[in-house]
Amino acid sequence: MKAFTYERVRSPAEAAAAARKPGAKFIAGGTNLLDLMKLQIETPRHLIDVNGLALDKIDKTPDGGLRIGALVRNTDLAADKRVRRDYAVLSRALLAGASGQLRNKATTAGNLLQRTRCPYFYDTNMPCNKRMPGAGCSAIGGFTRSHAVLGTSEACIATHPSDMAVAMRALGAEVETVKPDGAVRTIPIADFHRLPGATPHLETALAPGELITAVTLPKPIGGVHIYQKVRDRASYAFALVSVAAIVQRDGSGRVAVGGVAHKPWRVEAAEAQLRRGAKPTADLLLSGAKTTPDNAYKLTLVERTLGAVLAQARA
Amino acid sequence: MPPIETPSISRRCLVAAGAASAAATASPLAATAASNADAPVLAKVSFEINGKPQTLELDTRTTLLDALREHLKLTGTKKGCDHGQCGACTVIVEGRRINSCLSLAVMHEGDRVTTIEGLGAPDRLHPMQAAFVKHDGYQCGYCTPGQICSAVAVLDEIKAGIPSHVSADLTASPEVSGEELRERMSGNICRCGAYSNIVEAITEVAGRTA
Ligand SMILES: Cc1cc2nc3c(=O)[nH]c(=O)nc-3n(C[C@H](O)[C@H](O)[C@H](O)COP(=O)(O)OP(=O)(O)OC[C@H]3O[C@@H](n4cnc5c(N)ncnc54)[C@H](O)[C@@H]3O)c2cc1C
Ligand code: SF4
Ligand code: FES
Ligand code: FES
Repeated sequence: MKAFTYERVRSPAEAAAAARKPGAKFIAGGTNLLDLMKLQIETPRHLIDVNGLALDKIDKTPDGGLRIGALVRNTDLAADKRVRRDYAVLSRALLAGASGQLRNKATTAGNLLQRTRCPYFYDTNMPCNKRMPGAGCSAIGGFTRSHAVLGTSEACIATHPSDMAVAMRALGAEVETVKPDGAVRTIPIADFHRLPGATPHLETALAPGELITAVTLPKPIGGVHIYQKVRDRASYAFALVSVAAIVQRDGSGRVAVGGVAHKPWRVEAAEAQLRRGAKPTADLLLSGAKTTPDNAYKLTLVERTLGAVLAQARA
Repeated sequence: MPPIETPSISRRCLVAAGAASAAATASPLAATAASNADAPVLAKVSFEINGKPQTLELDTRTTLLDALREHLKLTGTKKGCDHGQCGACTVIVEGRRINSCLSLAVMHEGDRVTTIEGLGAPDRLHPMQAAFVKHDGYQCGYCTPGQICSAVAVLDEIKAGIPSHVSADLTASPEVSGEELRERMSGNICRCGAYSNIVEAITEVAGRTA
C-alpha cells in the first residue's frame, strides 16, 4: 500500500474542503477501496473518512418514497422493514451479494461506486485500460467467461459487479450528490454509471470530489419482486448473470439485468414484451450483444433466468 | 551500469525525512500531509479490545487485523487472504462481525472490538467454542477463530430478525435451520472442509440459547 494521510470529516462542507487536497479519496466501508489499495491499483495520497457524516438514516420522502443515506450499511438496508415490504427486490439483491461480514461494512454509496472490474484488472502484470489508460485490454482476446456482452467497447469489456445497483435500476432510483463547491444535484441511476467507450477508467457521472449523500427510491409500485442471481457457487460469488424483476398482476413489469455490461442493463422497450414471455423480451433486451466463444452462454442464461423469474412471478 | 551509490544514499535520506515528518504530524484526528508522498504517516487510535482500553500509534496503512496481530500480539485472529475473501480475520466490532483485513485500524477510534481471545479462554470456553470442540468443527484450526466469531454474530443476526438470501419470506422472522446457517456462514471458508460439523456446533448453541 502507498502511504497516505488520513482525516475524519463531520460535515459535507468539511468533506468538500478535504476533497480538494491532491490525491484525496473518500473512504466509507473500505471493502473495495482497501482491497485495491493493497494491490496499488488505487493509490490515494489522502483518505477522507466519511463515516462521521451522519448519513446513515433511511427516511420517508414527501412523495411516499424512501431516502437512503449514503452510509446506510448493506445489512441495514436489506433488513429495513419498509424495504423488505415495499422494495423487496432491493433486499433480495443486497442479500445475494458478498458475505454477512462484508455487508456489515459495505455502504450504499460505496456499493454503487465499487470499481467496474475484471480479473485482469486485478492482475497488475497485465495491461488494462482501466488501470492504465491506453495500455490495452488483456481481456479482449483473453479468457472472457465473466465479461460483458452488451455496451462493450474496443477498450474494455468489464462488468459492473454490484447486485444492489441492478435492483436500484429496476426501481428507478436517483443518486443525490454535493460537489466541492456546494452545488447539489440528482442523477437518475440510468445515467449514473457510464459505458466504457474510449475512456473505461471513467466509470460514473460523478465529478472529482463529488460526494454522494443519498439514494432515493420513488414511491412503491407494488407487484411481485424477484432477484435471481446465477453464479458459480450457491453463495458468496459474483453474478454470471442476474435478473431483477418487478412483475404486476397483469403480467406487465420491469426488468434489469446484471453481469452483462459495464452498468445494470435495462431496456424499456423490451419490458413492453414481458406479457408475451421471456423469449421476445430477451430478444429486445439483448439486441446488439457482442459475444465471445467464452461468454456467449450469457445470452441463453439471461433468457432462461428471465423465464424462471416470470414463472415464479406467475406462481 | 548506473552507479549504485547515488540511489542508496537518496533512499536513506528519504527514510530519515519520512520518520521526521511522521513524528511531527502524529495526531489523533488528522495526520497532515507529509512532505514526501511515500513517507509513512503515523496516527494515534484508541479503542477497546476485549474490554481493555488500548492506544496505539500506527502507520495509517495498518489494518485492524495487523494492529491486533502484530501490535497487540492477539494472534488468535488469522490472516488467510487479506482481501475479504476467506473470513479467517472475522472479529466482532460494536456487536457486528466484519473482516478485519479490509478495515483500517485508524477508522476504529472509540470502537469496542471482540476477538476470539475475548470470547473465551481455555479454562472458560464460550459456548460456541465448546460446541466446536465437541462437534469437531475444525481440522487444522486455521479458519476456526473466524468461524467462531462469525457464528456468534450470526445467531445474534437471526435473533435481531435480519433476513438472508435463503429466507423464504422476507417479512417473517428468520429461523435457525441448516440452510440458513450455511448461507449466513458462507463468508467463512474452511479449506479442511469441516462445514457439516460447524453447522452442527452452531445448531446446538442455537438450541441452547433459543
Ligand atoms: C470478497 C468480496 C466479494 C464481494 N461480492 C460481492 C457480490 O457478490 N455482489 C456485490 O454487489 N458486491 C460484492 N462485493 C463488493 C462489495 O459490495 C463492495 O466492496 C462494497 O459495496 C463497497 O462499499 P464500501 O462502503 O466498502 O466502499 P469503499 O471501499 O469505502 O468505497 C468504494 C468507492 O466509493 C467511494 N465512496 C464511498 N462513499 C462515497 C460517498 N459517500 N461519496 C462519494 N464517493 C464515495 C470511495 O472513494 C471508493 O472509490 C464483494 C467484495 C468482496 C471483497
Ligand atoms: S476488460 Fe476492462 S477492466 Fe478488464 S482488462 Fe480490459 S480494460 Fe481492464
Ligand atoms: S484474511 Fe480477511 S477475509 Fe481473508
Ligand atoms: S479447519 Fe482447516 S481451514 Fe478450517
